[in-house]
Amino acid sequence: MALRVLSGVRSVSCAARLVPWRGCPARHLSCAARLLAARKFTDKHEWISVENGIGTVGISKFAQEALGDVVYCGLPEVGTKLNKLEEFGTLESVKAASELFSPMTGEVTEINGALADNPGLVNKSCYDEGWLIKMTVDVPSELDELMSEDAYDKYVKSIEEH
Amino acid sequence: MVEFAGWSLPLQYMDSHIASHLHTRQHCSLFDVSHMLQTRVHGKDRIPFMESLVVGDIAELKENQGTLSLFTNESGGIIDDLIVNNTSEGHLYVVSNAGCAEKDSAHMKNRLLEFRAASRDVDLEDVDFALLALQGPSMARVLQAGLTDDLSKLTFMMGVTTSVFGIGGCRVTRCGYTGGGGGGISVPGDRAVELAEKLLQRPEVKLAGLAARDSLRLEAGLCLYGNDIDETTSPVEATLVWTLGKRRRAAMDFPGASVIVPQIKGKVSRKRVGITSTGPPIRQHTMILNTEGRVIGEVTSGCPSPSLKQNVAMGYVEPEYAKVGTALQLEVRKKLVDGVTSKMPFMPTKYYNAK
Repeated sequence: MALRVLSGVRSVSCAARLVPWRGCPARHLSCAARLLAARKFTDKHEWISVENGIGTVGISKFAQEALGDVVYCGLPEVGTKLNKLEEFGTLESVKAASELFSPMTGEVTEINGALADNPGLVNKSCYDEGWLIKMTVDVPSELDELMSEDAYDKYVKSIEEH
Repeated sequence: MVEFAGWSLPLQYMDSHIASHLHTRQHCSLFDVSHMLQTRVHGKDRIPFMESLVVGDIAELKENQGTLSLFTNESGGIIDDLIVNNTSEGHLYVVSNAGCAEKDSAHMKNRLLEFRAASRDVDLEDVDFALLALQGPSMARVLQAGLTDDLSKLTFMMGVTTSVFGIGGCRVTRCGYTGGGGGGISVPGDRAVELAEKLLQRPEVKLAGLAARDSLRLEAGLCLYGNDIDETTSPVEATLVWTLGKRRRAAMDFPGASVIVPQIKGKVSRKRVGITSTGPPIRQHTMILNTEGRVIGEVTSGCPSPSLKQNVAMGYVEPEYAKVGTALQLEVRKKLVDGVTSKMPFMPTKYYNAK
């Protein structure tokens, strides 16, 4: 996910560039028990977990906190072919829109229909009910190029320190 | 925190943007707007001085009444929007935007030199007070507890200099920029934190930041200087004709009057309108098209409305499309979505008129 503002009010336009604002009670639910397949992360803050050749894609806790309340999810149609790092949609909060980038090459097989009525699931449950799309994994080796959860945590810390 | 006009300002506090926005609509929120420029205009000629700069009828303001007005330039553009209050202490109290503070200040000082050169009696005083805005339906109940004056007598745009929770010399004005009713309190800087803490002791008061302030003013159909109005927009294009004082229009004696006044009955190339839509949010710089697909304007502010659960925006369109209810299309990320011109404010306002 691109943590930058596409538009919005000029005076607050650096909003989404900021590290997520602190002091909010941690709202996301840990889903360690569901971790059958390890999540891998992009440096644009998407995650993917692959099971039986199908990848489930979402955004990280860091990303959802930085974006704030998600009020609209612009997602692709089933059947859309995506290249690695290709833009596939947008998540929008009241103040900003952020682009989504595909973590891998593949074809969209399913989108999370629950988000149409309840986009806030992306905030409430970014690693579980707030998933965005499912996709085929056409180039399995691309998975190795993504960050492990540990590596991603370190990456986020390095961003926050700046 | 974000940088804004040289100030470091909070975008939001503990609560999410939407939670903070809705809290303001249902209860009330405290906004620190101390970055705004506060000026006192003194002297016997303070009213002609102010009228030489703004479009409003300042002479007709009752004692302690305020009004929204506009600084205009000679070509009819808007230099800034501001509030002018006619205090009972023999001065005008003027509040204008932080983003325009330098140019507003220079503009007033230049005019001051001209007035002084003509031996007119005017003086300007920078007010280094803090400014707190308490906005929302619970404002009166919360603030009344700290006032000896009867707030029910203080109607919309009226002000009083008084003590607030024991802090003397405060200027309380029933105004704000959320459309939901509320007040502003100009308070000596060294007592501002004390006042904020007293107000925040009340459970219905929460701190709110710039993010909520922006979505609230947009729902209220109020312009943000720099987005919706600037030195290239005229008050007529911006549908702010109501700010032009009747006497001032007839006399054509405000800056840019020779451009602005003929526009009222004549033609302008664009008009500010409200727009609503569903689906993907429409934001600043979204292109506006007619139903045939021709570009007819551009959005200047827009966001998904937390209160109304639809997209609200304002923008400029060719005047023949300005009528409320006109079907439009909006180009959002290369796709066209339907929209319609809508009456502003999008949210019914709750300005207090003692009725």
